Amino acid sequence: MSAQRGGSAMRLSGLLRKEFLQIVRDPSSIAIAFLMPIFLLILFGYGVSLDADHVPVAVVAEAPSRDSADFIAELQGSHYFVPQVMTSMPAAEHALLKGDVRGIVRLRADFSRQMRAAAGAPIQVIVDGVDANTARLVEGYVQGAWSTWLGAKAAAQGQALQTPIDLQARIWFNSELKSRNYLVPGLVAIIMTLIGALLTALVMAREWERGTMEALMVTPASMTEVLLGKLAAYFTLGTGGMLLTVGLAVWLFEVPLRGSFWLLWLCSSLFLLAALGMGLTISTLARSQFVAGQVAIIATFLPAFLLSGFIFDIDSMPAVVRGITHVVVARYFVAIVHTLFLAGNVWSVILPNAAALAVMAAVFLGITWRKSRKRLD
Amino acid sequence: MPDDAVLSADRLSKSFQAGGRIVLALKEITLSVRPGSVTGLIGPDGAGKTTFMRLAAGLLVPDAGSISALGLDSTRDALAVQAALGYMPQRFGLYEDLTVQENLDLYADLQGVPPAARADRYAELMHMTGLAPFTRRLAGRLSGGMKQKLGLACTLVRAPRLLLLDEPTVGVDPVSRRELWAIVDRLVQREGMSVLLSTAYLDEAERCAEVILLHDGKVLDHGPPGRIADRVRGRTWAVTQPGMRHRDLQAQLDGRPGIVDALVQGEHVRLVTAEAALPQAVAARPGIVAREVPPRFEDGFIDLLSHGRGRHGETHVAEGAAQAAGDGRPVIRVAGAKRRFGDFWAVDGVDFEIRRGEIFGLLGANGAGKTTTFRMLCGLLPASAGHLEVAGLDLRRAASQARARIGYMSQKFSLYGNLSVAQNLEFFASAYGLAGAAQRERIAWALDEFELAASGDQLSGDLPLGYKQRLAMACALMHRPEILFLDEPTSGVDPLARREFWQRINALAREGVTVLVTTHFMEEAEYCDRLAIMAAGRILATDEPAAIKAQARSAEHPEPSMEDAFIRLIEASPVQERA
Amino acid sequence: MLHRILALVHKEFLALLKDPKSRMVLIVPPLIQLLVFGYAATFDLRQAPYAVYNEDRGSASRELLARFAGAANFRLEATIHSDAELAPRVDAREVLLAIHIPQRFSADLEAGRPAPLQVIIDGRNSNTATVALNYVRGIVDRYNDDWRAAHGGQAPPARLEIRAWFNPNLESRWFFIPGIVGMLTLIVTMLVTALTVAREREQGTFDQLLVTPLRPVEILIGKTVPGLVVGVIQATVILLVATLWFKVPFLGSLAAFYAGLALFLLSGVGAGLLISSLSATQQQGLLGAFLFMVPAVILSGFATPIANMPPAVQLVTYADPLRYFLIILRKTFLEGAGFALVFDQLWPMAVIGTIALLLAGWLFRHRMY
Repeated sequence: MSAQRGGSAMRLSGLLRKEFLQIVRDPSSIAIAFLMPIFLLILFGYGVSLDADHVPVAVVAEAPSRDSADFIAELQGSHYFVPQVMTSMPAAEHALLKGDVRGIVRLRADFSRQMRAAAGAPIQVIVDGVDANTARLVEGYVQGAWSTWLGAKAAAQGQALQTPIDLQARIWFNSELKSRNYLVPGLVAIIMTLIGALLTALVMAREWERGTMEALMVTPASMTEVLLGKLAAYFTLGTGGMLLTVGLAVWLFEVPLRGSFWLLWLCSSLFLLAALGMGLTISTLARSQFVAGQVAIIATFLPAFLLSGFIFDIDSMPAVVRGITHVVVARYFVAIVHTLFLAGNVWSVILPNAAALAVMAAVFLGITWRKSRKRLD
Repeated sequence: MPDDAVLSADRLSKSFQAGGRIVLALKEITLSVRPGSVTGLIGPDGAGKTTFMRLAAGLLVPDAGSISALGLDSTRDALAVQAALGYMPQRFGLYEDLTVQENLDLYADLQGVPPAARADRYAELMHMTGLAPFTRRLAGRLSGGMKQKLGLACTLVRAPRLLLLDEPTVGVDPVSRRELWAIVDRLVQREGMSVLLSTAYLDEAERCAEVILLHDGKVLDHGPPGRIADRVRGRTWAVTQPGMRHRDLQAQLDGRPGIVDALVQGEHVRLVTAEAALPQAVAARPGIVAREVPPRFEDGFIDLLSHGRGRHGETHVAEGAAQAAGDGRPVIRVAGAKRRFGDFWAVDGVDFEIRRGEIFGLLGANGAGKTTTFRMLCGLLPASAGHLEVAGLDLRRAASQARARIGYMSQKFSLYGNLSVAQNLEFFASAYGLAGAAQRERIAWALDEFELAASGDQLSGDLPLGYKQRLAMACALMHRPEILFLDEPTSGVDPLARREFWQRINALAREGVTVLVTTHFMEEAEYCDRLAIMAAGRILATDEPAAIKAQARSAEHPEPSMEDAFIRLIEASPVQERA
Repeated sequence: MLHRILALVHKEFLALLKDPKSRMVLIVPPLIQLLVFGYAATFDLRQAPYAVYNEDRGSASRELLARFAGAANFRLEATIHSDAELAPRVDAREVLLAIHIPQRFSADLEAGRPAPLQVIIDGRNSNTATVALNYVRGIVDRYNDDWRAAHGGQAPPARLEIRAWFNPNLESRWFFIPGIVGMLTLIVTMLVTALTVAREREQGTFDQLLVTPLRPVEILIGKTVPGLVVGVIQATVILLVATLWFKVPFLGSLAAFYAGLALFLLSGVGAGLLISSLSATQQQGLLGAFLFMVPAVILSGFATPIANMPPAVQLVTYADPLRYFLIILRKTFLEGAGFALVFDQLWPMAVIGTIALLLAGWLFRHRMY
């Protein structure tokens, strides 16, 4: 036996080099880390939007008059609507049923006459309630158009509009209410969950299936070193993907980054550790690529998509479901990125969530570490 | 127990949970391995060879008893043991997406070889394994034999005092097998290493200084291979009967009372008898010529094992199969067949014809083009050029009719692992269009003939390899095919299962089924009526086994074995590029 | 031929359902997910926390605040007493909105002057902010109407009468649960099909299949049927849970629903088998399944309307079978649609399914290593 042997540092550097070489050789890891984020971010970034613009609505003017034309002009002037003027209600209802229009604005035949009456003229608005959210947006837009129209009318008659309470709403952090500004930072979390899990969900299972695990186990390298090697390699790769998505969010989608970049970096690192840890846990427990794959499909995408607060507000969920969201890693990171991007360094949000991420990372890595002993049975 | 033992086990037991049952892999084993020599660990599948190796390397915890290697307890000091010995698992974990050099570097780092010492060690290993020209090649692109050599080199980056090799030669062609053994011998002689090696090739046992015979988790015998062969001294014979083909003679003798083993070897039938004299059944045959021959290790091994395991008698595999035998017309015709993958010609112009009822062998090193030829004949792969005809049907035009008349058994014994034995049979019977009573009758036949009835509701994935092989063969025979394609049908299967298998093949051939088989086992090549030896996508020779051996006859080798003949042919071929 | 196909179908079912673990994978996660997601997927605000900073002492402000306190959408989280307290609470997400009533609020109202009411909303989730703003506006508008009625103010010349068809209370759960039915059906189909051919290729049994007289069409049918059957059963269970547990109305024709389901499954199975026969290993199959599934869900209009997407992306959605199925689901559940109204959505799925299945069948024999 040789007199002196290299220690842990040499073994770790060997394992690290191995992982990097494998990553470089296997185009699919590179694709997962760099092409997937671009593909998904562009797809989601452009594809996912809650801002209803140019909503097609049917406007039924049963007896066209100057007043009705006036109101229709107001709708036409708004970029929220594409009004289709019709003369009969049945035609409009048919269009609504077919899904051609999202709502109907009906000005009855006696619209002009009623306007001069004491009670005022009713404007019947029907929205397609199937998509409740869009329906509510359309309601809001119609209301907005209506009050602008009223204001303009009052001004034209030289009098101020009689509104007892004057509502002055200010929207902080996202004054234009652009949904992209909150969806894109959330996407960073969703995409990184997917990528973290996909990168690592199969790696341990693969070593078992290919028999390389047995060969590693009979070397002096400890299991901790093997895991550290993997974690470090995929962490680096994941950080690359993360920087790419953040970069795209800021430069391509022009989401403001109001908080500190370095703080974002730090939190991302914690999150990445947790996401990779989750993948490693799946991989270690499954030991077979087929099972690991199925678990990854079920456990990553939909929970991160629906339960992280990315699109649906966690506060609006029932208590039981809210409880379940606490095991979804992405929820903590979604909270952090929303705040860091749009609000800034708000410690009261960041600290507890970052702590939760650290705990999750520790739990997942701990399970992985506990379950990977140097034993075959 | 000798004090100087490098590896010793004391009443070692280990059991596993498999499909709800507890399987005892090792039962109170006590043994020791002497230093400075090669010790063979020999036994059929499921004997507990791999379990023993893993226990020695500290990868498993024994249920009872103890095992120590190099004076360290393998269980308690697992890390220290792993640092001290070298272990090459059956499927050595090469990283196929790393180059030869990168694999070496990784294991050198893991073993803590100081950088200064590496250059010399690498040079030595590369020289020893002949891998020097390929250091920049990806490990996945190496042939099976070269992969094994690289695996060995990785295990040896830091010379261990004790080396454990788990079936290092499975699936390796004869040339590479010889080279591996040369390396092992060198390690023992030059570096004084102790080697424990498990193998299913019984001819390899004779190269060991000592062998440990493991069967059913118990040590049957332990000693020099010569001693085990000596058990049957005076009971081994070479028998011929004029006017009778050796295969038919073998079939008639096998399983008769007083006969332990009968197998075709060269031009005669090799017999192991229970007593020192020929039994009446043999001696009474007209014109029989019997000559006593020196015993081999394999004879002793079969003799030892046959006490513990009942042998199957007459086989009726082809009962009612196919049509009448041998009208001499070729049923398979291959002319100028070629197949290209990218810019590489895997099969580069192959011609042969196979007659009805013939057993035709395809031999070749890994990557010689055997499997590709095979896949083309089964209609799994279209030929790039040339003419292929099976049962009189052109594969280009009538592939699906041709498929109905062939049976195919792949190297991996492809079965639906999560279906039971009976369900596999039912499925394949239906896939071949058998229904109703015909199907039931055929399944009953298969369960009976292949002795699968007892395990009918077991998952086929949980079966031992030998059973899987039998089930795979039963599935391939469901529709009484007239042509049978067997791709490495015995690889990894123990010698007893191999014998039963060949009995069946012989019986099938007698009834007129044409058999095309590829194999790595040279002794099996002798069972074939004719052989084609392939290298680099071409056929080097097509002839009867005896004639092929005759070509290799020389002054130093007056009686060359099939392996000698094979290696000579390969080495003489101009297209030798085995990488 | 029928017999051979039946045997193949039988085998696929055994392979799928024999192992208790894989039975669990098909049954338990979709049900749990339906329940959890059914509750999670909503844009409605419930108990959104708000803070009040009331500098006014008059009765008008108290009455207005009582209306907020009575609304189910809001929950009073904090009453604050200075401007400085406000920002940190919004920043820390303790409250979604803050209502600031200035000193002279009641006085202005009584005097007939417009009384300003400041509302600050956390816009980090723009959708929540919009919804919250709409609720606030609703409360204020009603207050205004009542005030006018009580104090004889002049009514505006026109007023809105808003009604929502098909979903009168605008419950977004009614919108999402039919969508979840489609999404879960897609995922189960992918689980059943995306890895099957790849797994058989890895285990070598696919070669064994190909050397039998079975033709690719027969193999294709054998592999399609289990996906269809599992999918139909799954979707029926989910349909029952959706209507009986979540009380989402099902008004349309069951025949139209099942016609849509069958064609959707056909296209889903087609896509799964196509991915599976393209991939040489299970890992590739898994990756392929993800690369199909994620965009299919995002672009289907499940959470965000297709109409909001840019035109180029809208074009891509035409290749997404889930898009058509979601429309059918929502139409049959909520709008009471029959065959005639969903026909436009049926044939594109048939086209997608046929193309995918044909390609998959062709690849069975032509993709070798």
